Amino acid sequence: MSDFLGDWHALVVLLLAGVIPNQIWRMLGLWLGAGLDEGSDLLVWVKAVATAILAGVIAQILVQPPGALASVPGFLRYGALAAGFVAFMLTRRSIFAGVLCGEIVMLAGKWWLG
Amino acid sequence: MRSIASTVLSLVLFVTYIGIGALAHDTHFSLAWALLSTALVWAGPAQIILITTLASGVGIVQSAIAVTMSAIRLFPMVVAVMPMLRTEGTKRRHLILVAHFTAVTLWVECYRFLPHVPRERRVAFVHGLGCGLLSVGLCATVIGYALAASLTQTFASAILLLTPLAFLFSTARNSRELADVLALGLGLALYPLAALLNSGLDILVSGVVAGTIAFGVHKWREQR
Repeated sequence: MSDFLGDWHALVVLLLAGVIPNQIWRMLGLWLGAGLDEGSDLLVWVKAVATAILAGVIAQILVQPPGALASVPGFLRYGALAAGFVAFMLTRRSIFAGVLCGEIVMLAGKWWLG
Repeated sequence: MRSIASTVLSLVLFVTYIGIGALAHDTHFSLAWALLSTALVWAGPAQIILITTLASGVGIVQSAIAVTMSAIRLFPMVVAVMPMLRTEGTKRRHLILVAHFTAVTLWVECYRFLPHVPRERRVAFVHGLGCGLLSVGLCATVIGYALAASLTQTFASAILLLTPLAFLFSTARNSRELADVLALGLGLALYPLAALLNSGLDILVSGVVAGTIAFGVHKWREQR
C-alpha cells in the first residue's frame, strides 16, 4: 500500500505546485470571465508564453530524456521527431500519422543499431 | 468524418495520458500520485511540466510558476465555455465542476456537441462528457504506468516518446495564428540555449523570451 501511495510529501507538492495553480485559473475564469475580451493583448501574450513553455518542455524531454528514453541516442530522438513532423505536414496535419511515423522511425533505428 | 475526428481526439487524450503515466513511473512518482494528478489537475501540459520540473530537481516555487503560466490557458477556455451553458436559473456553484473538467479536449467537444443539446440539459451533458474523458485519462495513466514498469527498455522508451510527439503535433494543429506558431518554434529552439545557462529556471526563461518575441512579431505585423 505504501508503494502505491508513495511519499506523502510528494502529494503535498502536487497540491501546491500542481492542483492550486491550475484551479485558480479555472475558478477565476468562472468568476471574472464575463467581461473579458478573448482577443485582448494580455491574453495573446499569455497564450504565446504558455505555448512556448510547452515547447520548452517538449525540448527538455528530448534533450534531457527521463528514464528509459535516455537509452535512445540523441540523433535518433531528434530524427524521430523530425520524421514525425514531416509525416504530420504531409498528411495535412494528422496528429495520428505524425505520432505513428515518429515511433516507427525510433523503433526501427533502435532495432537497426541493435 | 465527424465521428473520426472525435475518435482522434480521445485517442490523443489516451496517448497523452499513457505518456504521462509512463513519465511519472520513470521519474519515481507513485501510482496514487499520478492518478491524483490526473484527477485533480486534469491538464496534460501542466502535468508534464510539473513532473519534469520536479524530477529535474528545481524547487517547488519554480515548478509552481511554470505550471501556473501553462494553466493560464485554461482561463480563456472557461470564459468561452460558460456562456454556452448558462440559463436564467444557473448559479455559479452549478458550474464549478464544469470549470474543473474544462481543458482543451472538453473545450473543443463543447463547440461540437452543445449546439445539439437543449440548453437546460447542457450542464448535465457536460458533466457526463467530462466524467467520460476523465475516466479515459485515468485508465490511460494506469496503463502507461504499468507498461513503463514492465516493458523492455526499447518499448518503454517508445511510450515515453509518445508525450513529446503527441504534444508537439496537437499544439501545432491548434496553432492557427502566427503568434502561436512562432511561440512553438522559438520555444523549441530556445530551450537548449536556456539550458546552457543552467539557472534552474530554464523552462521559464526560454518560455517567456520566446513567447514575448512571438507576441512582439504579432503586434508588429498587426501595425503594418
